[in-house]
Amino acid sequence: MSTLSVRARPGLFWFSSPQTFFPLAGRLTSWFFVIAAVLAALGLYVGFFVAPTDATQGESYRIIFIHVPAAWMSMFLYLIMALWAALGLILNTRVSSMMASAIAPTGALMTVLALITGSLWGRPTWGTYWVWDARLTSELVLLFLYLGFLALQAAIDDPRRADKAGAVLALVGVVNIPIIYFSVQWWNTLHQGSSVSLTRSPSMAATMLLGMLLMALAFWSYSIGAALHRVRSILLEREKRSEWARELRAAERLN
Amino acid sequence: MLKIFLHVVRRDLLLAMRQKADVLNTLFFFVVVVTLVPLGIGPEPALLRDIAPGVVWVAALLAAILSLPRLFANDFADGTLEQMLLSAEPLSLIVLAKATAHWLSTGVPLTLMAVVCGLLFDMDHRSTAALVGGLALGTPVLSLIGSIGAALTLGLRGGAVLASLLVLPLYIPVLIFGAGAVGAAAAGLSVSAYFLLLGAFFLFAAVLMPWAVAIALRISVE
Repeated sequence: MSTLSVRARPGLFWFSSPQTFFPLAGRLTSWFFVIAAVLAALGLYVGFFVAPTDATQGESYRIIFIHVPAAWMSMFLYLIMALWAALGLILNTRVSSMMASAIAPTGALMTVLALITGSLWGRPTWGTYWVWDARLTSELVLLFLYLGFLALQAAIDDPRRADKAGAVLALVGVVNIPIIYFSVQWWNTLHQGSSVSLTRSPSMAATMLLGMLLMALAFWSYSIGAALHRVRSILLEREKRSEWARELRAAERLN
Repeated sequence: MLKIFLHVVRRDLLLAMRQKADVLNTLFFFVVVVTLVPLGIGPEPALLRDIAPGVVWVAALLAAILSLPRLFANDFADGTLEQMLLSAEPLSLIVLAKATAHWLSTGVPLTLMAVVCGLLFDMDHRSTAALVGGLALGTPVLSLIGSIGAALTLGLRGGAVLASLLVLPLYIPVLIFGAGAVGAAAAGLSVSAYFLLLGAFFLFAAVLMPWAVAIALRISVE
């Protein structure tokens, strides 16, 4: 790709350079999307045709196969975003900060998805689209935190400052999430307890659990694929004046 | 250390006193917001008494948000902030002093004004005391958490609106337990748990926030 002959030896930071990370991200993106599609097809099949009908909630519970993975992802992605942001802040690696910016929209999407599917599920089971319950409220607050992160980065023109300011905000958010979560919990609770736990045996049929885990893995793959796809756009946009990006464009034009 | 702290507090308070309009506007805003609620909801005393703690607390959050730009914007505009960043004194100490001054010039007046709000909403003595005590403990947390929003949005277009977007979700725990204390007092329950939690938030914020704000200021000014 590059005509430069001087290159660092491969090591821990080998892929922290935009030039080497870009093609890697491109290759991984398609793989993760394919894996996500396969797992989602399997998971939906298990969820809709194999898993038994719930004794109390009937067929309506089947939205769980979207709802729970989306809710899990919404929380995991915030932590992962904060982790990348912290790496970018501490090690001053540009690609880490770009990863954080690339994850945020997917995280916000998952939060919205969890809220929408949750309200659709709440209508037949609780008789209302929305209640001011602890989990619902803290999920909504999580959405606000994502939107704040996105708004802050969008408002800052200088990308380096946007990266660092976003990182500080994400880290302050991470410290606050448990506090907000427990405050809201003590404030009000109606949501059912978690159905899946690492310490107890799960309170649901094995096939239901299988469908949910398949869907969760599909959501993971999709999120990784989407974040990598987005980080490629960010990389190209920020590095458009660098040599490797110009060569890439020249090569694109030839094809 | 203490000398620098007191010096910055005195300086910021002096500046606030020289621009009385800013300080008074915040207080006026608080009173107007609180007054608007009965006009929107209706004058039934029982209903108003129930919602009073939430109304006063939300108005206090909004007033605190409104006064955030004052924290760093003027110093940023005239170059004082850069001198503070360059100084040999720890920046987090200066930040803590500025947050303290901000609390003295907005949080304390709001807390005192809350006594009048208690009268407006026909709250009993116990509830009013819980409201005032909660605000006294909670408003410093608002100033401390707010300073991170002010620092991150320093010099940005539409920075004030953005700062409120960033900070309001972080205010939620203070709102819950501040308003909760008044509710508990009105129901005749003990309020000590709420005050202890508010105190914990205050200590937590006082230790961590100045440090984070110092980092944020260096990012914003560099």
